[in-house]
Amino acid sequence: MKPLLEVRGVTMRFGGLVALSDLSFDVTPGHAHGIIGPNGAGKTTAFNVITGIYAPTQGDVLFRGESVTGCRPSTIAHRGIARTFQNIRLFRDLTVFDNVRIACDAHARYSWPGAMIQLPSARQAEKETIGRCTDLLEKFGLGNEIHERAGDLPYGSQRRLEIARAMALQPSLLLLDEPAAGMNSAETLNLVEFLGWLRDHFSVTMLLIEHHMQLVMTFCDRITVLDFGKTIAEGTADEVRKNPEVIEAYLGQEDGHE
Amino acid sequence: MTRWLQHPPPRGVLLALLAAGLAACFAIEQFGLVDDYVRFVLITFGINIILCVSLNLVNGWMGEFSVGHAGFMALGAYLSACVSVKWLSWGDPLWMFPLAVIGGGLMAGAVGFLLGLLSFKTRGDYLAIITLAFLMIVKSGIENIPYVGGPRGFLGIDNHTTLLWTAVWTVLTLWTIRNLVYSRFGRGIVAVREDEIAANAMGVDTRKAKLTAFVVSSFFGGVAGALFAHQLQFINPSVFDIVKSTEILVMVYLGGVGSLAGSILGATAFTFLSQALQPLGTWRMVILPLILVLLMIFRPRGIMGMREFSWFVPQREFPKKEDKK
Amino acid sequence: MDYFAQQAINAIQLGSIYALIALGYSMVYGVLVMINFAHGDVFMVSSFFCFLLLLVLPVPFIAALLIVMLATAILGVCIERLAYRPLRNAPRVSAIITALGCGLVIQNTTLSISPYSQRMPELFTPVTWNFAGLTISSLQILIVGISVGLMLALDFFIRKTRYGMAMRAIAQDRVTVPLMGVPVNQVIAVTFALGAALGGAAGVLYASAYPVISATMGVLVGWKAFVAAVIGGIGNVRGAVLGAYLLGAVEVFTVTVLPSTYRDLVVYTLLLVILIFKPYGLLGRPAVQKV
Repeated sequence: MKPLLEVRGVTMRFGGLVALSDLSFDVTPGHAHGIIGPNGAGKTTAFNVITGIYAPTQGDVLFRGESVTGCRPSTIAHRGIARTFQNIRLFRDLTVFDNVRIACDAHARYSWPGAMIQLPSARQAEKETIGRCTDLLEKFGLGNEIHERAGDLPYGSQRRLEIARAMALQPSLLLLDEPAAGMNSAETLNLVEFLGWLRDHFSVTMLLIEHHMQLVMTFCDRITVLDFGKTIAEGTADEVRKNPEVIEAYLGQEDGHE
Repeated sequence: MTRWLQHPPPRGVLLALLAAGLAACFAIEQFGLVDDYVRFVLITFGINIILCVSLNLVNGWMGEFSVGHAGFMALGAYLSACVSVKWLSWGDPLWMFPLAVIGGGLMAGAVGFLLGLLSFKTRGDYLAIITLAFLMIVKSGIENIPYVGGPRGFLGIDNHTTLLWTAVWTVLTLWTIRNLVYSRFGRGIVAVREDEIAANAMGVDTRKAKLTAFVVSSFFGGVAGALFAHQLQFINPSVFDIVKSTEILVMVYLGGVGSLAGSILGATAFTFLSQALQPLGTWRMVILPLILVLLMIFRPRGIMGMREFSWFVPQREFPKKEDKK
Repeated sequence: MDYFAQQAINAIQLGSIYALIALGYSMVYGVLVMINFAHGDVFMVSSFFCFLLLLVLPVPFIAALLIVMLATAILGVCIERLAYRPLRNAPRVSAIITALGCGLVIQNTTLSISPYSQRMPELFTPVTWNFAGLTISSLQILIVGISVGLMLALDFFIRKTRYGMAMRAIAQDRVTVPLMGVPVNQVIAVTFALGAALGGAAGVLYASAYPVISATMGVLVGWKAFVAAVIGGIGNVRGAVLGAYLLGAVEVFTVTVLPSTYRDLVVYTLLLVILIFKPYGLLGRPAVQKV
């Protein structure tokens, strides 16, 4: 099957520091694809390149066969790549509802002069957006908190809201940056269940960075292992687990767990 | 943007009040119900509301810091004065004056667009410096144009700013800015304030949001300047200096950032405070910035910061009964 | 040629005064990442301090300079203590607004007390020399000499003393340095005192070179120095000096080709152009944003 996302020889330099060097991997549609690797291996940098926050020094990122290299993050979001952030970046002072609505607005089509004089098309689009947001928040179990300030939610709900906000873009590829960070093992189990539901319900392809090995090994169809900005191994959970280079670089010291 | 959403406004009451207000303005003008001083203060009040709510778009909703609003006022004031005194002075004020005001607004809006382009690269302190430089350039630029009177000022402007026109423009400004704020563009502007990177990743075209905010804000700054010029009938470049900008800043931060109700409250408090302090002469300009400093220390978001009076919120924002289970 | 050289001397004189003021802006920005808009007005007030001092007590030049520097330093520390410290952890915008407000309070208080400009009594009787067609007064030499001396002293202070080191450390990392036991409040107070004292010196020198002082000087002169600091790269002490001499030259030579009313226009346009092409000034480095 044709890959949904292709990362082709991406190199990212910050001054003298090489964060990614000649990184390549593909994400197959429908898969949950994991990226693992030690701290500082360049995982989040890879996310930032894919979502357009950084323009790579070299290389190309293709989404649905089209290059998105050097596009602005908002353009990439409109094309269908949504993401969450490692250290939750909600619009903390806005309500839960407005957080989701800002992402939902990507699908509303009306002009700002039209909005200013309240053209019927703008009003209609607004109503549709409100409806969509309400539905989405219900699905994510946040229906009772829609008027809460996002920053006031408990940590777990903030994580969920960030994913809901990303899903409001109706993406075909969802990038999750350490979704289980700060969770205990019971919460992580819930998260696995939740991610499974997300994948089935929205039929979204996922690319996730995670340190929690159990989650990655059970949930991901395919795993890419990074070290020093390079791919050192790729394959299914079993293949990666047996790869001697991976064991040496990463897993070997800690017996496969964080 | 917090919990006020639960109580929907009584439909129609606001419209009725509005109509009554406009009728009152018309009556005052037509039958000379108040003396000149009161009329002058009321017009100033209206202009202050326009200035405050338009600056609030950039400084409050977008969370940037512009000190250049007096510069946009100056552009609107001078261009509209050119229209009404030099270019279309033969015209009937009934159509010529609105044209002059819109012209002033467009001029300011066009320059606001350029300033918005500069805001892509820089934020925060540096953007404040850019707006400061803009203000100084406008002021010293006008001083060097003999056509509009240079440093001596522009004389002989007719008094076209009636109470009714002021009211119409004030309502128009509040209405359009409300509509903008409660649209995807307004939410984009707020998202830029909250977290620019996340906003961008969530599909908000942050550049477009910034441009929209700057253009709309400066357009209405120009409109206010045009009304101001035709109220005072005499303008000179030193009227539009940093002190004028500071006055608008006091209104914004007194009333409350990111709030229409706050803007009106700030303009009200400022207008009457500044009239009350008139006998103090230049000491007035000691007290006003002092208020600003105290506000920043004790209530940095102003009285109504980020909250809204439900009458200014569009009806559709209130969730219907069946949505709440 | 002579004319050119004469103007160059004027440019150096003006640039030296700008440099002293610009340093105050830059030092505070380096340590607090805050634009101290009130600094120009602190400079303005210092020349009024000097005026009052000479009214009461005709002291010699050096004594006047030191007393005014001390008084201005105290004013600078008071402003920091009363207005800026409560906002240290507030959003940056609040701090800028407060600084702007403080400046206006100082300016308008001075204006209310002294609505007209004042003529400064002569601090110092200059001797002029004619030298190869140029006229140089001992006052010019004194201004440039004192400015350069103070700049060198500041440079030494920043590079060699404990406080100087602490200042540089805080400028590098505002999060961990306080945890290392560096007395941040003290260091910030010292920074404000030094910046204000330099502004005070500039006030005395300016008043002796251009002996008519007024409350609007903070805007007319102080903000030019601010422009100089930004052009050089605000937060960078050497950039401030570079920017100041550059601006002095631009201003002096603008007036030789254009009418003097174009001076502000040229200066602020230059600022805008430099910010467009080098958003962080000539020697400044951009702040890196972490995602």
